[in-house]
Amino acid sequence: MSADHAAHGSVHDHASGHAHDPHAAPHGTFQSYVTGFVLAVVLTAIPFLLVMARPIESAGYTAAIVLVCALAQILVHMVFFLHMTPKAEDGWLLLSTIFTIVLVVITLAGSLWIVFHLNNNMMPGGIMDDMQMEAPPAN
Amino acid sequence: MSASAVASGAAPQRTEFHVLEEEHHEPGGATHLGFWIYLMSDCLIFAVLFATYGVLGASLAGGPGPRDLFDLGLVALNTTFLLISSITYGFAMLAMYKGDQKRTLQWLAITGLFGAAFIAVELYEFRHLIHEGAGPQRSGFLSAFFALVGTHGLHVTFGIVWLIVLMVQVTRRGLIPANQRRLTCLSLFWHFLDLVWIGVFTYVYLFGVLR
Repeated sequence: MSADHAAHGSVHDHASGHAHDPHAAPHGTFQSYVTGFVLAVVLTAIPFLLVMARPIESAGYTAAIVLVCALAQILVHMVFFLHMTPKAEDGWLLLSTIFTIVLVVITLAGSLWIVFHLNNNMMPGGIMDDMQMEAPPAN
Repeated sequence: MSASAVASGAAPQRTEFHVLEEEHHEPGGATHLGFWIYLMSDCLIFAVLFATYGVLGASLAGGPGPRDLFDLGLVALNTTFLLISSITYGFAMLAMYKGDQKRTLQWLAITGLFGAAFIAVELYEFRHLIHEGAGPQRSGFLSAFFALVGTHGLHVTFGIVWLIVLMVQVTRRGLIPANQRRLTCLSLFWHFLDLVWIGVFTYVYLFGVLR
């Protein structure tokens, strides 16, 4: 019981005993902003060049590289512009962000997956149009 | 046994420690995290709009598709405007940390101009599309497109309004802690909008033209 209590006490001491204000927004430096900007420009230029000039014939490979560039640029923005660190706000910033990313992935992947199957089962295109031409069965 | 230990040891502390915690905070100490959580909820709005676009993106209803409509040169120009406005806002923040009010205001004004240029190009694009008969009511694809890109544009517009309000505040009251906190929140908002735009130009424009 007493050990349990001591553990609780130390946790609270730790939380309130920070030398600097843990809620202060993390600062960027000139160098971090410029590094982020240069990386962002490169990661924007590559996908636009790939799609506008089409040096790679395959649409699949082009799309894959474009997607990788976008994900990398989102990371660059998070680190160099939004100054996210795992320890910011005692970890709550990272936790809320990961929670949001999970929800976003479920929303996007779930919607696309379900509707893809729905479209398959509804037989879109010619078959569906042909079926609509016929008179509905009389009940 | 455990009940007596709680009564003797923990009771006086339990009445105090929450109150003590709260009094350590600066006014607005939780604003940064709170504003971040607002941004995350905003992120969910965009996720739903992206999902809607993903679902309806191929429903052309016999109308024009992404390949016929999108001008990638214009989108590249717009992306450049928004990216530059992101780093100029960063420079405004750096000037703010140094306590240089004049420089802060100058960089904020430049940021606002690039933001306005972004909105101007987007409005030109929308006007052009509607003029060609590709308005939001033409097909499911275009409804979803205007909803997603329009919501982002609306966010940027409100960001510019907020920016102008803060410039007035900084001019009248200087870089007081409350204004620094507000500028920090707007910086998160502004960089977040640039982050969402990465998703828009990749998923809507580049993938649309590839398809």
